[in-house]
Amino acid sequence: MSNAETTRVFVPRETAALSMGADEVCDAIQDQADKNKCTIELIRNGSRGMSWLEPLVEIQLGDDRVAYGPVRAEDVAGLFQAGFLQGGKHDLALGETEDIPYLKTQQRWTFRRCGIIDPLSIADYKAHGGFAGMLRALEIGTADTLSEVSASGLRGRGGAGFPTGIKWKTVADASAEQKYITCNADEGDSGTFSDRILMESDPFTLLEGMLIAGFTVGANRGYIYLRSEYPLAHSILSKAISIAREEGWLGENIQGSDFSFDIELHLGAGSYVCGEETAMLESLEGKAGLVRYRPPLPALEGLFGKPTVVNNVVTLGSIPDIIRLGGDAYAEYGLNRSKGTLAFQLAGNIKRGGLVELAFGTTLGELIENWGGGTFSGRPIRAVQIGGPLGAYFPASLLDTPLDYEAFVALDGMLGHGGVVVFDDTVDMAAQARFAMEFCAIESCGKCTPCRIGSVRGVEVIDRIIANDNRDVNLELLDELCMTMIDGSLCAMGSLTPYPVRSAIKYFAEDFVSASGAKQ
Amino acid sequence: MTTKYDKDIATEIILGFEGRPEMLVQILRAFVTRFSYLKEEAIRQISSELNLSRAEVWGVVQFYHDFRTEPPGKIIVKICQAEACQAMGSRELTSHAEKSLGIAMQSNSSDGKHTLEAVYCLGNCACSPAVMINDRVYGRVDSRRFDALLEKADAK
Repeated sequence: MSNAETTRVFVPRETAALSMGADEVCDAIQDQADKNKCTIELIRNGSRGMSWLEPLVEIQLGDDRVAYGPVRAEDVAGLFQAGFLQGGKHDLALGETEDIPYLKTQQRWTFRRCGIIDPLSIADYKAHGGFAGMLRALEIGTADTLSEVSASGLRGRGGAGFPTGIKWKTVADASAEQKYITCNADEGDSGTFSDRILMESDPFTLLEGMLIAGFTVGANRGYIYLRSEYPLAHSILSKAISIAREEGWLGENIQGSDFSFDIELHLGAGSYVCGEETAMLESLEGKAGLVRYRPPLPALEGLFGKPTVVNNVVTLGSIPDIIRLGGDAYAEYGLNRSKGTLAFQLAGNIKRGGLVELAFGTTLGELIENWGGGTFSGRPIRAVQIGGPLGAYFPASLLDTPLDYEAFVALDGMLGHGGVVVFDDTVDMAAQARFAMEFCAIESCGKCTPCRIGSVRGVEVIDRIIANDNRDVNLELLDELCMTMIDGSLCAMGSLTPYPVRSAIKYFAEDFVSASGAKQ
Repeated sequence: MTTKYDKDIATEIILGFEGRPEMLVQILRAFVTRFSYLKEEAIRQISSELNLSRAEVWGVVQFYHDFRTEPPGKIIVKICQAEACQAMGSRELTSHAEKSLGIAMQSNSSDGKHTLEAVYCLGNCACSPAVMINDRVYGRVDSRRFDALLEKADAK
């Protein structure tokens, strides 16, 4: 068996691909290869993020890769007949992967290795620029590393958009014997999956981001808080951590330097509110995820009362290349105060769902049409929820809004973690508003009254409005209740739940009149 | 996997986390993975070995959705109820599942075979509606695919 005859075949081992049968496809390919006496090397890569084409099978041809998708197990025999190992023509053929317009038009920074490398190969990771950021940090020292992060203009990608450089500086300047880096991987917002794709497709990027954070602020211990709904990410991250330890990228004296750092992986237990940073810290301490009062800020008194960096997966995953290439290179992307790229996630009723990493500034409509291709059902778009269950619902008339943090805030919305959930014209917006309150009632940690009680009352009031029971009075009451929750809640759970509710009423008022009420 | 409660195995699990009280959430997770649910006996043992009060342990158990205190069915079916899946018909799928399995959401079938539960996001929002059957995620699940998946799971 010579290498020249061995064809490299890539079949993603990533949740979306697996959910559409990637394991079965993999077995079928091996089976057909054996039958046809072809020598293949099957590589379980991550995802390129084109979820609607999953399972996306790639074949290495010289320096390029050609793609076929979406492949089902029953397609595999036909693919072999079409000579797909040599890039043969077939209905599922997509040409060279890098030339697929969905991918080619993106500005990949954080996700540039996803789907390309073997997620658990450090050699592959390094061959694609991995760990060069950490090595440069060791070379230039903590102060210059921090300057690069500040210069990049990177803001927290978890949703709040707080400048990462300022957060790190606060922790770096705090004097304490013990400091911590915590990674919030409790990606609970519906319509978001960028953290998951990064952890499953390029886990070492996250570990390297945490290493650089630890080095910069003077922490030797890191924690990843991963949601339990992501079993595959858990398995891949656990392996990545052990491999990094074996190869001297975690533990004592990283790569022979004075710097030591290790990471512990914790699993959540199905609580949405634990994605709130202080609830997450409580959960990491083994307690119920009750939100903490602020101040003190976690940067000064965080995990176990020590200065703590709390960053999202994508934030930390953006760091290695910011240090490798310099903060200015990152800041060249973007618009106004929204620097760099954001990984948008197209979800819900969308034809071409997946991950689209773009510089800030494209409009919402361009994103949904040019990449997303409109609705999956083929019906007109009626509403788009941006930024997860706490984000506002936008009507089709606001699709020209530029994707930039401040532009969304100006419209009482938020970009959040970049999730875009599309609904067609069959959606009942009163049901969606009711669900926002219901979800808050289910997931509230219960510490503050506006959130705990307000959400339950919110469901009841919306039910009365839908039933046309004292409609005007109840609409006014709902508005007052929303303002109380916004002003009086301890964290984003209670204070943002009113946004989807209020936007639904504002833009889709006609849905809040019952059929019997409309007749009156 | 439903396994009979075993005190020695329980101690082993706790020692695996070096008996650190701050690992309580992780220890409870490991118990649910090993014994499929948390018995009163488990709570007593955990609280005594971690030197925490039983009330403290119960408070944590009851806060998190994953920490079940009743034995689940052999096949645990979770249907995503969040927005991206709603946009693709998860409400209809849920009604279908309830009818087809003959049980309401958040309950077990009387023969101990099925548990039907809500989950809020499996991160498979580009291929919604999403369903998880015993820790495996499936995408684009309509009524027909649901029935086929359940038939396959039942046959195992």
